[in-house]
Amino acid sequence: MSLGPDILKIKDLKKNFGSLAVLKGLTLTVRQGEVLVIIGPSGCGKSTLLRCLNGLEPVQGGQIIFGGQYLTDPHINWSRTRQRIGMVFQNYELFPHLTALDNVLLGLIRVQKRSKTEALAIAERWLTRVGLWDRRGSFPRQLSGGQKQRVAIVRALALEPEIMLFDEVTASLDPEMVREVLDVIVNLAKDGRTMLIVTHEMAFAKAVADRVIFMDEGLIVEDAKPEVFFENPATERARRFLNIFQFSDIHKPQEPSASPLAKEAQDVKESNDAKESNDAKDSKEPELS
Amino acid sequence: MDFIDWDFIVSRAPLFWAAAKLTVKLAVGGILLAAALGFLCAVARFYRIPVFNQIAYFYIELARNTPLMVQLFFLYFGLPRLGLVWEGQTCAIVGLTFLGGAYMAEAFRGGLAAINRNQVESALSIGLSRIQTLRYVIAPQALAVAWPAISATVIFLMKETSVFSIVALPDLMYVAKDLLKEGHSGETNLLLILSYLTIILPVSLFFGRMERRLRFAGFGS
Ligand SMILES: Nc1ncnc2c1ncn2[C@@H]1O[C@H](COP(=O)(O)OP(=O)(O)OP(=O)(O)O)[C@@H](O)[C@H]1O
Ligand SMILES: [Mg+2]
Repeated sequence: MSLGPDILKIKDLKKNFGSLAVLKGLTLTVRQGEVLVIIGPSGCGKSTLLRCLNGLEPVQGGQIIFGGQYLTDPHINWSRTRQRIGMVFQNYELFPHLTALDNVLLGLIRVQKRSKTEALAIAERWLTRVGLWDRRGSFPRQLSGGQKQRVAIVRALALEPEIMLFDEVTASLDPEMVREVLDVIVNLAKDGRTMLIVTHEMAFAKAVADRVIFMDEGLIVEDAKPEVFFENPATERARRFLNIFQFSDIHKPQEPSASPLAKEAQDVKESNDAKESNDAKDSKEPELS
Repeated sequence: MDFIDWDFIVSRAPLFWAAAKLTVKLAVGGILLAAALGFLCAVARFYRIPVFNQIAYFYIELARNTPLMVQLFFLYFGLPRLGLVWEGQTCAIVGLTFLGGAYMAEAFRGGLAAINRNQVESALSIGLSRIQTLRYVIAPQALAVAWPAISATVIFLMKETSVFSIVALPDLMYVAKDLLKEGHSGETNLLLILSYLTIILPVSLFFGRMERRLRFAGFGS
């Protein structure tokens, strides 16, 4: 796989909330075109890491270098930098007083100072791509969760960021809407976009990741290819974490009890998932090379 | 009808017309300035801007817990002793701004408090500056929420203008008090009530309409 040069370097990053050390000297390098999936137990600092990258949290030590620029420099122009770093939140955070279209236009017109025509063309292209151009006139409260999240993704993407940060973007969605949002992200991966994705969707992580980053207690514990990580994690901590997911996967179908039959159905589903994820990888590689 | 002296009403109406114009002028000036002052205070408190936040807090408590008449007294009779002499109209507008700013601040603050702080982060994340975030994302939402409180404050302040006569301004109350000396208290009262209704009722209706428009604007749920 041919990846571009390093785009993001995080060196010894430290973040505290008062006396609570949340990131304890985290180091990570991301190359252009790479898709990193970040997983780890609740409270290990995944969201905090993404928020530090976007300047939403001040850091207490270490460096973040993004495209040659020190984000940890206190005099940085965040408005300009944030256009280059797209972020999507768990709860969409669309602007409720603006239509789907105006949500997308706001940054294009007010931040990037594009003309209305130009901004409209860009918004149309992106909203069409996620199948929501028809719904451009709808206000957020008139959209489903999945639609809202797709608009939120487009709102960030329209500014042509060099990297996208996704923080558990399907965690608030009803199960039947998870897929439509993940499909959008898988497609972005096929485009060769650089992305940092925090998720608890393990099948999706397998399908989309070039590298899996497993975090625990404010540090990166494992950094491996998804095949390696999911099949044969190197650490006991990762193994225990993955076990929890297998357990909750088995109980996910709302059966009265996990009967042997349900278990069998689950196994079949799992092997299908694995096959699907391989397919996704196959179709993705040519475009990245 | 015998018990209303229509001639008196017709002949004195111009006096009330002139006084109403003065009342409106002072009310508009004071309320606009109050809205601006209140908005700044609310923003200082919402963003917890150091020093300004505390100043705003003390100002709001001071202004809301003293009567306008006392504030005007201080401006008109107290300040000259400190070497600062303001004419009546200045005192009236400053006084109304001082009182109104505090109520407006509380009204705006209620609106701002209803906005999820994640909205700020979401706006910042697309590159909007802090001012742009306020202008395009936070203020419009806050205004819609705060509208009923703002409209109540505007009407309250318009009614408060009735104490301006104590700083020797020929406003509606002043003219009415003057006429009462000639008798005709019924007619004078009628003129006074009609004058205030003519000024305040349209404002009230306008704000009510706007409130319904904002409520049905497609968001706010
Ligand atoms: N604003 C804050 N103030 C104080 N503590 C915070 C704040 N934000 C996060 N924390 C703490 O920092 C730690 C890491 O939080 P973070 O949200 O980054 O975890 P996470 O890995 O994203 O977890 P989850 O999977 O539950 O989203 C937690 O212990 C959390 O309680
Ligand atoms: Mg999180």
